[in-house]
Amino acid sequence: MTAHDINLSRRSLLAGAGALVIGVNLPRGAKAQSGAAQAFRPVGGAAAFAPNAFVRVAADDSITVLVKHIEFGQGPFTGLATLVAEEMDADWSQMRAEHSPADVKLYANLAFGVQGTGGSTAIANSWEQMRKAGATARAMLVQAAADAWKVPAAEITIEKGVMKHASGKQSGFGAFAEAASKLQAPADAPLKQAANYRLIGKEGVVKRLDSADKSRGKAQFAIDISAPNMLTVVVARPPRFGGKVGSFDASAALKVKGVVDVKEIGSGIAVFATGMWPAIKGREALKVTWDESAAEKRGSRELIAEYRALSRTPGKSAGKHGDAEAVLAKAEKVIEAEYVFPFLAHAPMEPLDGYLEWNAQGALARFGSQFQTTEHQTIATILGLPPEKVQLETMLAGGSFGRRAQVSQHLAAELAMCAKAIGPNRPVKLVWTREDDLAGGYYRPLFLHRMRGAVKDGKITAWSNSIVGQSFFLGTPFEAMTVKDGIDAVMVEGAAELPYEIADFACEVHVPKVGVPTLWWRSVGHTHTAYAVEAFVDELLQAAGQDPVAGRLAMMGKEPRLAGVLKAVAELAQWKGPDAGNGRMRGVAAVESFGSFVAQIAEVSLEGGEPKVHKVWCAVDCGVAVNPDIVRAQMEGGIGFGLGHALYGEITLDAGRPVQANFDTYRSLRIHEMPAVEVTIVTSTEKPTGVGEPGVPPIGPAVANALARLGQMRPRQLPMVGGTV
Amino acid sequence: MAHTLKVNGATHSVDIDDDTPLLWALRDNLGLTGTKFGCGVAQCGACTVYVDGKPMRSCVTPVSTLEGREVTTIEAISGREADAVQKAWTAGDVPQCGYCQSGQVMSAVALLKEIKKPTDRDIDLAMNGNICRCATYARIRSAIHDAARTLEG
Ligand code: FES
Ligand code: FES
Repeated sequence: MTAHDINLSRRSLLAGAGALVIGVNLPRGAKAQSGAAQAFRPVGGAAAFAPNAFVRVAADDSITVLVKHIEFGQGPFTGLATLVAEEMDADWSQMRAEHSPADVKLYANLAFGVQGTGGSTAIANSWEQMRKAGATARAMLVQAAADAWKVPAAEITIEKGVMKHASGKQSGFGAFAEAASKLQAPADAPLKQAANYRLIGKEGVVKRLDSADKSRGKAQFAIDISAPNMLTVVVARPPRFGGKVGSFDASAALKVKGVVDVKEIGSGIAVFATGMWPAIKGREALKVTWDESAAEKRGSRELIAEYRALSRTPGKSAGKHGDAEAVLAKAEKVIEAEYVFPFLAHAPMEPLDGYLEWNAQGALARFGSQFQTTEHQTIATILGLPPEKVQLETMLAGGSFGRRAQVSQHLAAELAMCAKAIGPNRPVKLVWTREDDLAGGYYRPLFLHRMRGAVKDGKITAWSNSIVGQSFFLGTPFEAMTVKDGIDAVMVEGAAELPYEIADFACEVHVPKVGVPTLWWRSVGHTHTAYAVEAFVDELLQAAGQDPVAGRLAMMGKEPRLAGVLKAVAELAQWKGPDAGNGRMRGVAAVESFGSFVAQIAEVSLEGGEPKVHKVWCAVDCGVAVNPDIVRAQMEGGIGFGLGHALYGEITLDAGRPVQANFDTYRSLRIHEMPAVEVTIVTSTEKPTGVGEPGVPPIGPAVANALARLGQMRPRQLPMVGGTV
Repeated sequence: MAHTLKVNGATHSVDIDDDTPLLWALRDNLGLTGTKFGCGVAQCGACTVYVDGKPMRSCVTPVSTLEGREVTTIEAISGREADAVQKAWTAGDVPQCGYCQSGQVMSAVALLKEIKKPTDRDIDLAMNGNICRCATYARIRSAIHDAARTLEG
């Protein structure tokens, strides 16, 4: 399974979700202008020049980039603005960014065919599109200046947003914005040669566009929305997955000061109030009897036992070459390991929320929408409005990690159901509490990997992996498109094919039916496959007497880029073997995900019996690194996110009910647990690939491999600390 | 019942239940949304404000306890430490999603008012009540050191 296949499967997935357009060209011309320009709300003065769907130039010289990808931390505002600014030779200080409206014709993710963010695709699918948008704008502004100055356009240069001619004439863009808007857009404005880049890939010249507001409490998230007459809504949902409302008594809830109404909706009982506190108190006062006849009542313990038994039976083949079983049967020594991965919540810092106002004329939804096209359709359908009368405004969101990329559309649906239940002309803001979030399902699925391997003469000779876990596509309308021959590609990505040459190899998969809603979680299948593969390969190499770095490299002949990051990280950390010589040990892991290559080395000691990760070295190859500092930030954040969950994260089900209720029990990494991180970016001229997810997969196994050298077993069941099953 | 709240130098009267946490009074009644909700149980620090100058978790501070006390939120912090911290936050591009950062900044400014030149250990102690799910911790740490350096002059 290559990253390319993944993108394809996601594209067909989303295209099948009711989407309309596959293969979108850069929209140009008057039609495209009016659509986007209409929805565009100027930030710092009206835009005088809108050469295409993405670029707005105002008379005050500011350039606003309309960003089709949601900004929830990974930096698309800054990244996509960089691509435009580069081609326009703009000064960074004149750049602004805001979310584009929901419009699949203009703003589809070119990897999906619909508007949406995910799979670390923002930069990759915008790379050409946004540079072309910038180049077009540039050409038109230059032409407008050339016409006015009566000089050939080719003689005009631009430096830091100032157009100049040898005659001494010079001007900013703003002065020619109006004139440029009257010109025909050129069909193919040339793109810059990489050698002439001033921003792309350069250090220190680009700063994030959103840092200042976010450091001052000024950034606006969906939870911050208010409107006259607005009601805040919280929903009481069934305590077990698959439960539904039996009966309820709202009389006490309705007596709570500030509670305005209580309505049953598809997902539970909605409490409408004048603010969050009365809504919460009203919900506490509800008396609900749940019908749990169809609910999932198995707990994590039961599921793990079932998965364990399944893993010992033949599954569906996800990858095979040679005959691993035959080699294992004859091997002098078979090494076995079973790895168990718990359910995990995404727990974005801003819980799920959204705002909706509507009446018979139309609707406006405002929230951190990650799949705009399908969410837009869902809202329109539930409200019974034609889609063109429903506006969707994407808000900044306080993290996602996959949680807002909803295959089921459940948040958009619940928001629309709340708005519909209370009736028109009564704006609603739906807010999930942290307890709702952690008990709300859509977890990274529980997985079990049973590994068996053999080594001979210092080499790994056989590898067998049996994977058991839920598919979050099985049982959805997408099943036919993502699951082939019973194999859900995203369950086995990273495990069905290894970057290591091993003669006899088999990977099998079992997909039990479990009634717990699950979802992709930052780095998707790699959240478990990378740990299983990288911990087990390390264990086999150790048994074979090989160095973790040299041993991996010896098997990576066909993986030059992954080998490249492994060499780079070894050099950065001055690798001399696992023993750091200071009582600490070092573990290594290298993983390709989403087309990017990341290797990490973690230096670990034991303190009070718990792993303490002191330092992580990280090498990344993501093709052209458009914004090196954002690449570094994503590696740092990915390492912290991956480490926190490997060490502490788990959602346990007890008889079907989630046990962890809030951050007191769903332990999150804190500042004193964050290692120092040093990142090196491997220079590359390949097309850029994403960095939002690829920093996550290697850290767990890197720590496990260090623990093995500290005399511990590589943790067989996550989390490493304080697991409750 | 009616409660008098002194927030960012202005006095407001709000008619809400005694047990209403300050967080929701700020956000829903006074429109001060810079202070964020992350957990509601004093675990994450997103809701950090100052009460009489000391950092407090507003999600577990009922309005009934605030009679005669002064509340300061992210919207109104000022002074050398606040300037230094917010400049360092921007210069170091600390925020990712940004949702936790109001609380982080409030805790960091309070730390620098207390300790001019904090060690890593001081930072751990002052900041470990603030969760950042994006894990911007490494940059938070360097930005606090940077801010301390600018305050030295
Ligand atoms: S919201 Fe108050 S500490 Fe989390
Ligand atoms: S920046 Fe996202 S939670 Fe801290």
